[in-house]
Order: sequence, then C-alpha cells, then structure tokens
Amino acid sequence: MGVAVLVAACSQGAQPSPTATGGGAATATTAPVTRGQGGDLKILYWQAPTILNPHQATGTKDNDASRLMIEPMAAFGPDGKPVPVLAAQIPTIDNGGVARDLLKVTWKLKTGVKWSDGTPFTADDAVFSFQYQCNEKAAASTDAACADVASFAAQGADTVVITYKQPTPFYYIWGVGLSYGILQKAQFSACPDEKAKDCPANLKPIGTGPYKLREFKPGDVVLYDMNENYRDANKPFFKTVTFKGGGDAVASARAVCQTGEVDFGWNLQVEAAVLRPMVEGTESKCSVVPEYGVLERIHVNFADPSASLGDRRAEPDTKHPFFSDINVRKAVAMVANRQSVADQLYGKYGGAPTCNVVVIPESFVSKNTANEAVCKYDPAAAEKLLQDNGWVKGADGVRAKGGVRLEITYQTSTNAVRQKTQDIIKADLEKIGFRVTLRNSPAATFFTNTAPDGANKFFADLEEFASGQEPDPLSTLLGYTCDNRAGKDNNWNKPNYSRYCNPEYDKQVNIVRTELDAAKRTAAAIAANDILVKDVVVIPLVNRVAPTADGASKLLKGHRTSAFESSVWDIADWSK
Amino acid sequence: MGRYIARRLLVAIPTLIAISFVMYAILALAPIDPLAAFGADPRVPPETRERIREAWGLNEPWPIRYMKWLAALVRGDFGTSFMSRAAVGDLIWQRLPNTLAVVGVAYIVGVLIALPAGILSAVRRNTPLDHVISTAAYVGFSVPTFFTGILLVIIFSIKLQWLTFLYDSTLKITDGPSLIAQIKQSIMPIAVLGLFNAAVLTRYVRASMLENLPLDYVRTAHAKGLGERVVVLGHVMRNSLIPVVTLIALGVPTVFGGAIVTEQIFHVPGIGELLVTSIGTGDTPVVAGVVMIFAALVVGFNLLADLLYAVLDPRIRYS
Repeated sequence: MGVAVLVAACSQGAQPSPTATGGGAATATTAPVTRGQGGDLKILYWQAPTILNPHQATGTKDNDASRLMIEPMAAFGPDGKPVPVLAAQIPTIDNGGVARDLLKVTWKLKTGVKWSDGTPFTADDAVFSFQYQCNEKAAASTDAACADVASFAAQGADTVVITYKQPTPFYYIWGVGLSYGILQKAQFSACPDEKAKDCPANLKPIGTGPYKLREFKPGDVVLYDMNENYRDANKPFFKTVTFKGGGDAVASARAVCQTGEVDFGWNLQVEAAVLRPMVEGTESKCSVVPEYGVLERIHVNFADPSASLGDRRAEPDTKHPFFSDINVRKAVAMVANRQSVADQLYGKYGGAPTCNVVVIPESFVSKNTANEAVCKYDPAAAEKLLQDNGWVKGADGVRAKGGVRLEITYQTSTNAVRQKTQDIIKADLEKIGFRVTLRNSPAATFFTNTAPDGANKFFADLEEFASGQEPDPLSTLLGYTCDNRAGKDNNWNKPNYSRYCNPEYDKQVNIVRTELDAAKRTAAAIAANDILVKDVVVIPLVNRVAPTADGASKLLKGHRTSAFESSVWDIADWSK
Repeated sequence: MGRYIARRLLVAIPTLIAISFVMYAILALAPIDPLAAFGADPRVPPETRERIREAWGLNEPWPIRYMKWLAALVRGDFGTSFMSRAAVGDLIWQRLPNTLAVVGVAYIVGVLIALPAGILSAVRRNTPLDHVISTAAYVGFSVPTFFTGILLVIIFSIKLQWLTFLYDSTLKITDGPSLIAQIKQSIMPIAVLGLFNAAVLTRYVRASMLENLPLDYVRTAHAKGLGERVVVLGHVMRNSLIPVVTLIALGVPTVFGGAIVTEQIFHVPGIGELLVTSIGTGDTPVVAGVVMIFAALVVGFNLLADLLYAVLDPRIRYS
C-alpha cells in the first residue's frame, strides 16, 4: 500500500537530519551476561520459515529466521535512527561519511568480524551481496532501491562506498535495515544469476550474526547454535535457539502467555477480547508491548470523481463539487469517531487513535493537532457547521446547497475491520445529513493503478487504507504535494491520491527536502503535518501496530521492539 | 489373478493422468497467487514481483507448465517448492515420519479400540454395555476434532500443565526419557484422532456383526454345540470383518494424507499441515506433489482392498 510513497522517497532530493550519528542511542540495557549461559531460547511463529536467505524470502517469517545469522550494516532503532551492526559507525555529513552533494555514502565496517565458519568478513562480501540483490537474474525480493544506486565499491578490506544516481537526502535508504542483509561471498558466489534461487545455500546460509544454523526443516522448525565466532565475546546469552513455526495466532498466544512453553510468540494478531484476558490475566506468563507506526486513515478527494466526466474523471485539475468547501470537509472530520474505531475494532494491541499524518518516529510527531476542532468527535458541531454554511437538509434528510447534494461514495479494501470502520463512520455521517454509499474491493485490485476501483484512481469521495512509515517523514509528506498528484498522464503512479495542491504545504515539504538544520527541518515536517490535518486532506484514524504485536515471556530481558525492524533484530541482547 | 492385477494397474495409469490434469487445472485457474505472501509490503514493488514471477516460471501458459511438470513427474521429480526452493519430494519425505508417528499410530489405536468395542456391543446387544459403547461412538464421531483437540489443550496444557501442545519434530528417540517425551507430546493428538477413528469404525463393526449374528450358519454352529467364544470369534467375526477390512484398507491413504486440523492444533509438522499451508501460500508444486501421492495411494489401496476381499471371501474370484 505504501509502494508509491516509498518510491517517491528514493527519487526526490532533500536533506535528512544530521542528528543520526553514532548509534549510542541504542545500546542494550541488560545486565552483563556470559556467552552461552542460558539454555534454549524458544521462539514460535505461526507462519513457519521456509527459506533462510533474506533476498529470496517471501515473508516476514523468512526474514526473521535468517536475521539470527544474516546481518545488515546497520539497523533502524526504535527511534528511527540507524544503529551500527556490521558498520563501525553510522556515516553522517559531520563525520565525513556522507558527501555534501548527497551522492556518495562511505561506510566503514567493523574490523575483525568473522563469519560463523571462521573466515574473515570483508567489504568484498558486502559489495558482492549488494550486487547479488540487484542482479535481475537473481530475482531477489529486495531489489526495490537498486534503481537509485549507481555503484557499490569496496575500498580496501573494511570500507564500502555507495554512490547514488541523484542527491539522496535520506541517504540511509540503501544499506540499513531488513532488506540489506549481507551474504557470504564465498558461499553464494557458487550460485550466480539464475542459479541463485535454487541455491542450496538458501537453506543453510553462513552469517555473521549471534547464531549459526544447526538444522532447518522448511515449513517446520529452525535450530540454531550460538556462533562462537560472534564479535561480542559476551553474547549471545542463549546457547541454542528453537525457532518453531506453524499453528495460528491464538495458539501462539496460548503457548507464550498461558502454558509458557515458548519465550517469544510472534505477531499475536488475535481479537482484543480474546488476547487481553490472556495477556493481562493474573496467571499470564507474557507481556505484549506494542509499537505503533502504520497509519489507517481516510483520504478526502479534492478532484471531481463524477463518472459523467468520462476521461477527465478525477483528473487533478477538476474540482470536487462539495469537498472544495472546507466546511464540508471539516464536518466529515468532526464525525470520524476514531476513538470508538480504535477501542472497538483494534484494541490496545492493535492500534491507538491518532490525529496526525506522521505517526513515527516520535521526534517528528506533531503535538499541535489534538486540540483542533477537526480532531474532536462532535456531531452536533459538525451539523451546525453545515447548517451555518448553507447546506440545508432536504425532505429526504440529505443536505444540499445550490442543487449539490452531499452524497458520498466511501471506498476501501475488503477486510472485516475496514468494513466495520466504514459502518461506524457511515452511521455518523448519515446522522448529520450525508448520504453514504460504501464500496470495497479485494486488496489485490484496490492497491493497483489499473483497476477503476483502485486507491490510486480514487473514483470515489472518501477512501480508507493504511501504510507503514519510514524512519524519515519525507516519503510520507511527499504523498500530498502538487507535483505528486496522481492522474491519467502519470498513469496514476504518483502518490498524491487526494489530488491536493497547496503552495504553502509544498513550501514546508521543500524545507524538509533541503534543510540541513535538524531543528528547522523537524519544524517544517510538523508544520506540513498540521496543514494536512487542519485542511482536512487526510482524516487520520488509527496508529496501528508495527511491525507486529509480539508476546514475550515475562522472564525474557533485553528485548526491544523497533517499528522499522524485524522482531528478532536485537536477539543477541536477549537474556533470561 | 495375475492378469487381473496387471489390468488394474494399467487402468490406474490413465486414471492418475486424468486426476493430475484436473488437479493442475484447478490449481492453475484458482485465484491463488504465490506472490500474495508479500501482501502490501512496500519494499517489494510490482516490478520486483514480476521478476520473481518470471523466475518461478509462472509467466508461461498453464498447459505448458502442466506438460513440463508431468514430464518431470514421470522421471520421479516432483519439482521445487516456490516458498522454500527445496525439492517437493524432500519436503514430503521430511514430514512423513511425523504423520506416521501421529496419524498412523492413531489409526492403529482406532482399529484396536473399534474391533473389541464393536464386537462386544453387537454380541451384548441392547444391554447397558451396548448403550454405553453406541452412545460413546455417536458422540465420538459427532464432535469434531478441532473441538476435542482444543478441549484437551485447555485441560492438559493450560489448566493442568501436564503436556505440551507444541510437537517437537526434532526429538530423537534414543532412550527412556526421550521415549517418554515422545509419548507426552503425541498422546493428545493420538487420542483425538484415535478416538475419532474408533468411533467411526465401531459402528461399522457392530452393524456388520449384527447382520451376521441371526444367520443360519450361526445357528448351526450353536447347534453343533460350539462355545459362545468360538462361534463369535471363529465364525461371526471372520465373516463380519470382510467389509470392515475393506474399509480399513481404504482408510490407509488418509493416514498418509495427514490430519489437517489435528496437525494444525498440535503443531505437528505432518503432510496435512504441509498441504494446508501450501494451499494458503499458493505453493502449487507442493500442493500438486501431495495430491498426486495421495491419489496414487488411493488407487493402490483400492486395488489392495479388492484383492483382500478375494482372500477373505472364497466366493469372490477375479479373472
């Protein structure tokens, strides 16, 4: 769903915050431990891993199971800032790691790191791995950002230089996080090009991580032993790990919260009414600390979606018959009962109500919106607003002004929770004088630019969906600029589905794009967020759990969730 | 007899080809997409998905894919799983021991319970014992395994905390304690499936016995002065078991097919679990492989059942 947003992030020019230095922000707070002191760590995923090469992975389960062995240069910590993994430090403009023209990023790697087979890890491995994932013949699932990179090169044994094709303000887009796990050159060069996908090494990769593979049964279980060659002499704490797959989310919740058979249960995506008593009961053996970071929201259409326009339907230069009146937009926002949607449909372990467009990382989240009228559920005030501005109820209860009736089509993807959200919001809208037609289409068609009922084309008045957010707000904010309005001439590939265009907003985004001063840049991002909320371009509803609400045994220590990373990204720090 | 077997085996070949075609067509035309596993992941854009689709050979028309798959199958190659890039044969082979250890044992347990229960119930017809057995059998096959499975988990794993409900497929039985561990982890799924199987079979055994008990040869046997035990076990049971044996033989392939629900509840990585997850993820080579093996077993055991019939009932002759 956030495809367009992410693509935009990679191709636009802007300047990120230079505060992302070092990585001191994220060191584990556990007591000193001895390597291998703990016994077996039991992890349960209700989707079983089937492959252990993150570049051939088909799901989170595979990424996570490989993450115990395969590591990236750096990871995005809970605050969205990079934390070194195989890198010695995080390159910034200040430390000279990032060129001032924002084209070149120089990564210094840790020295003395060994693969679990005892051979030395070098910059050659990193460069090989990047070439592997960008080789079209290898058909890697992680090649999304390849198009933006001109070259990767090793400088000596411990330096990698990445050159972007265009100035890239969010210069951590390449090399940091889940998608950039580094494979061993010696092992994977045996399977070049088309051979990559059927390479035996995909099922038994050698890594630099805290664990190494003992046995893998695809679709069932992965057994790991601690890696004696791991770079931190005191880690990992657990001698072995059993990474079991299968079952369903409820069974996982039972195993971690009730029987205590496992120490960690992934993604307890269970109805709040079932999960809460398990987690919060007196006998509970688990805790769930959700991280949020996926925004479920309603977009308002600024273009005219009337079918009578034919080819010109919802083109950016058309004007919506009644949403061009800010008062009508405000009235819709004022009856969007986000509290009730969040409480009834998502629950604490599913999401929290929000009235911001940028919801993570915390440093970019606006504190100005909560008291805005458009952020408060108040049907009476909404009705008065419409009445005062000449939208008068007709005999059938639908308000109209100058022959324009407030008739809304509200679309989203097919999904039980979304359809219930539609029902809640429709009921309130109809009370204040709108007539609402609900529509939903399967996710496979809704999130394409080809289907007429897709989100991109937005041939409706309101539409609801969600997308995850990056550690930098720019990609999210670019989804609402004049340049990025989706339309026929760009084949609906641009991310601004609302067709919103406001020079004042573009000005703020441009500051986010170019400003080097972190404080000014943050202020501009917050100002841009506030415009979107106050001008009712977007009606934010729920800040959903990201990536997953995992259950961890109450005995488990050192585990931290990052909305930008795999659930097991810091497994080296876990202890009991 | 030999000619009969040869003819049956020859007929089996077109049958299996027809099954494979229908199955492949259904899989190819069904709206399942192996790339749906990526969901709406923004890190995997449409172009990347297209490349992966191409690499997996999904861009060819399905009749061509079918011919290639069939040609490989004839050579004994089941193809490669989309999800794990491992040979489908290996995946099935890896799961067979788990299925046999749980579903196979449960089948045997079911038969061992059903035979005496059904015979007793028929011989002691309309006594309290018969009522108890019949009622238990009705309850047994009316209550679905997903219910009894979860019930056992709640009682023995959650409340009493005696047994684990996560099956450990890596456990190797080498000594006493590991044998006990194996019994502890498989007793619940075996109980669930075994009692269900027993319930179904008991009714057949009882019905078949009741059909034979009033017949003339039984009266003759009694008239000859034979004891009750000899009459029931030596005469009635032998004749009553003919249809039951067929039924048991026909049920054997279902053992290899695994028990989808029970395997799921107890996290037994068996063939049923493999089949259901592969359907869910659109891993068609695995689905096709499991279904073909299942089809071959059904065809094979049908033949075996027919042959057993001839062995057990001298009146039946094949030529």
